[in-house]
Amino acid sequence: MIARTRTFETTALALFFFGVTTLTVWGFAMPDWLPPAASRHAEGVDGLIRYLLVTTGAIFVIGHAVLIYFILKFEGSEDSTAIQTNPKTERLWSILPVLTMALVSEVGVLFLGLPVWDEIYGEVSEDVLVVDVAARQFEWIVRYPGEDGEFGRTDPTQIDGQSNPTGIDNADPRGSDDIVERNILRLPVNRPVQLRLRSHDVLHSFSVAAFRVKQDIVPGMVGSTTFVPTQLGEFEMGCAELCGLAHYRMGGRVIVMSPDDYETWLSEQGGDA
Amino acid sequence: MSSAHAGLPFWRRYIFSTDHKVIGIQYILTAVFMALVAVGLSVLIRMQMTWPVRLWPIMEQLLPTAYEGGALKPEFYLTMVTMHGTIMVFFVISLALVSGVGNFIIPLQVGARDMAYPFLNMLSYWTIVPACLIMLASFFVEGGAAAGGWTSYPPLSALPGALPGSGLGQTLWILGMALFIVSFTMGSLNFATTILNLRTKGMSLMRMPLTVWTLLVSSVLGILAFPPLTAAAIMLLLDRHGGTSFFLPEGLVVGGNVLAYEGGTPLLFQHLFWFLGHPEVYVLVLPALGIAFDVVATFGRRPVFGYRTTVWALIVAAVLSMIVWGHHMFTSGMNPYLGEYFSIVTVLITLPFAVIGVNLIASLWRADLRLTTAMLFAIGIISAVGTGGLGGLWLGTAASDIYFHSSVFVVGHFHFMIGVVTSFGIFAAIYYWFPKTFGRHMNETLGKIHFWLTISSVFPAFIGMHYLGLGGALRRVYDPTYYEYVRPLQEMNVWITFLLFISIAGQLVFFVNLFRSLFWGTKADANPWEGATLEWTTPSPAPHLNWNEPPTVYGGPYQYRVNGVGGYVPQHTPPEEVECWVGPHEG
Repeated sequence: MIARTRTFETTALALFFFGVTTLTVWGFAMPDWLPPAASRHAEGVDGLIRYLLVTTGAIFVIGHAVLIYFILKFEGSEDSTAIQTNPKTERLWSILPVLTMALVSEVGVLFLGLPVWDEIYGEVSEDVLVVDVAARQFEWIVRYPGEDGEFGRTDPTQIDGQSNPTGIDNADPRGSDDIVERNILRLPVNRPVQLRLRSHDVLHSFSVAAFRVKQDIVPGMVGSTTFVPTQLGEFEMGCAELCGLAHYRMGGRVIVMSPDDYETWLSEQGGDA
Repeated sequence: MSSAHAGLPFWRRYIFSTDHKVIGIQYILTAVFMALVAVGLSVLIRMQMTWPVRLWPIMEQLLPTAYEGGALKPEFYLTMVTMHGTIMVFFVISLALVSGVGNFIIPLQVGARDMAYPFLNMLSYWTIVPACLIMLASFFVEGGAAAGGWTSYPPLSALPGALPGSGLGQTLWILGMALFIVSFTMGSLNFATTILNLRTKGMSLMRMPLTVWTLLVSSVLGILAFPPLTAAAIMLLLDRHGGTSFFLPEGLVVGGNVLAYEGGTPLLFQHLFWFLGHPEVYVLVLPALGIAFDVVATFGRRPVFGYRTTVWALIVAAVLSMIVWGHHMFTSGMNPYLGEYFSIVTVLITLPFAVIGVNLIASLWRADLRLTTAMLFAIGIISAVGTGGLGGLWLGTAASDIYFHSSVFVVGHFHFMIGVVTSFGIFAAIYYWFPKTFGRHMNETLGKIHFWLTISSVFPAFIGMHYLGLGGALRRVYDPTYYEYVRPLQEMNVWITFLLFISIAGQLVFFVNLFRSLFWGTKADANPWEGATLEWTTPSPAPHLNWNEPPTVYGGPYQYRVNGVGGYVPQHTPPEEVECWVGPHEG
């Protein structure tokens, strides 16, 4: 009752896997999908991605090549010789994949990934620029310390959508000169930036694809992320954690300026870096 | 059906049945019904991804509340992605692959007359029915069904004022999930007990078919991992309706009001959710791999390569799956040292999976391949688990996950693993065991049309999602063209939609085949595929209570061409009846 396979089906299956493998490799390798990198650690992230592309790509191609070969070679072969699997051979054949994957995966995590992780979450340099970013449904409130270089306290009861969107406490003199902007984050180029991330309501995630930055913002916690913008220009920031019905348009602009322009802008706002 | 069963009234035989085979079929049919809903949602999701600003006057006629003025409402889009994910993971794949196939095949493959606890088994099924009804009913309440994502992270899911779907819809979601967990835990307990205690004489653990092994590992994982989500669901319910603050910190401002919560943290929910959520992936993926091994052995006419190493790899993968949940939270703001730990152990999971993958491919070595529909799907699993698994490495490495987190890359990855691998597992199981279930064959020509339409569309479609993620496209975004930098990639979304519509056409062929074969399929023998495992020793369809006296087992499950001739040795064949006996390859 077993229907024997016609050969064209075998060929079709082999061709299909060949096609998918070729198309996948071509698709990953040929077009440059990644947005141009614009921060210092982005180089490391992209290097890691390229490493994973080459190593997992090689395993993907080898695996499929073997699969295709076996399908073509052993289709309906009616080989009547006994197949006795030798437990020792089987164990040996599990050592090879284990070692390969251990090498590929941990080299990625420890040797290429860890330094990047450290750049993002490690020690912060002395000249770091601290900017406070508060997320709320569905906008970004960006705040710079004013001339005093210190942020004022915030108080959720004093939040006012129009005049005081991030709830700066009137009773705190440090807050009186804070500079507040909506949905625009201005940064000087080549200077480390640390964002203090706060949320007023639900989870959000600060994300700038060009910087390879993504950091969830958890209500009740002050999060932080560190990066160094390396390219002048405008970049899109967005929310990467589902935060409600207008989540999809909780975007904004990051404007990276020359240090001089940044200083000029800041002094126009009445602040001092 | 045997006389014992025939004596029962219809409703005891087919509705409130304690027969594991009937319950298995009930689970699969329930999953098929829920799949119609979930696939329907995916059609609407893909329409939105393809034509984000188009007006749909027809849709306004059909779904007036969702398409007000012809444009899809963003909140309904979020409801759809939430419910598509929830229904697919918990009410389609879990039900069909684990509860359905598991119920049907475990007693038959271990040589038991029924499950260890037949009544509990019936109760599991009848707990899942109200869970399904509650989930479906939630679409019709005010504010619509839950919309906070299948992960339902608070505060969004805890605060009715934060999202329309976080009203009654979210409460129903929690209740439906709680019932699902109760049902699934009872089922897992039943599976594990049956496999450990009701094996027939001679059926040692190392003689069990790999489908049973994977279901055993899945069941143990289910028992260990599900209870924390029950706790999380109850705490979320209390936060919503009992005034507690498990997941809610102080100072939340929603709709201009400062809320009176204090002391909780949303991170706690994330930990509890993923403590279940990650093992759940293995609960689903492993049985599909077990089925692939069984099918590949039968249609390759050779013993599985590396039976023992596969069993050990399954156990290692299961243990690792319990300690890596944090890789879903690399960007959550948890301690960076903890993140690095989770990254180091997460990528170790590729080790046991590489062993399983190599064993699956090597099981084709010197095989006598018979490309039946079941076999085609099994080979598809080999390719899909490799493709999806390698992509997992990109996400498990913390520093690259910073870029891929919450992107469409993740969507492509998990659609390979718990979309393609698991559904191919379900299809392979159905084509393979349909004769045993109903005494009839499914139509092979229609089956192959189904296979080709499916594989040729889902593979490129989900790989396409990896490309989109590489380009920085974020998931759960109502308008994929909102961000300028991903706008040039929009053509890829059109292709993905086109391909997925082809795959849906393939599933229609499957439905036709399924119901057509129930009544008009060609009659099947007891052992149509020349399988060596125990289920093939019963008549087709298998009678109530399977055997009067379960057979005694003398050898491993995959004794094909082990004794120097082209034949095979069923597990229950005593050694003295086998010519040139060379002994079981495992024992």
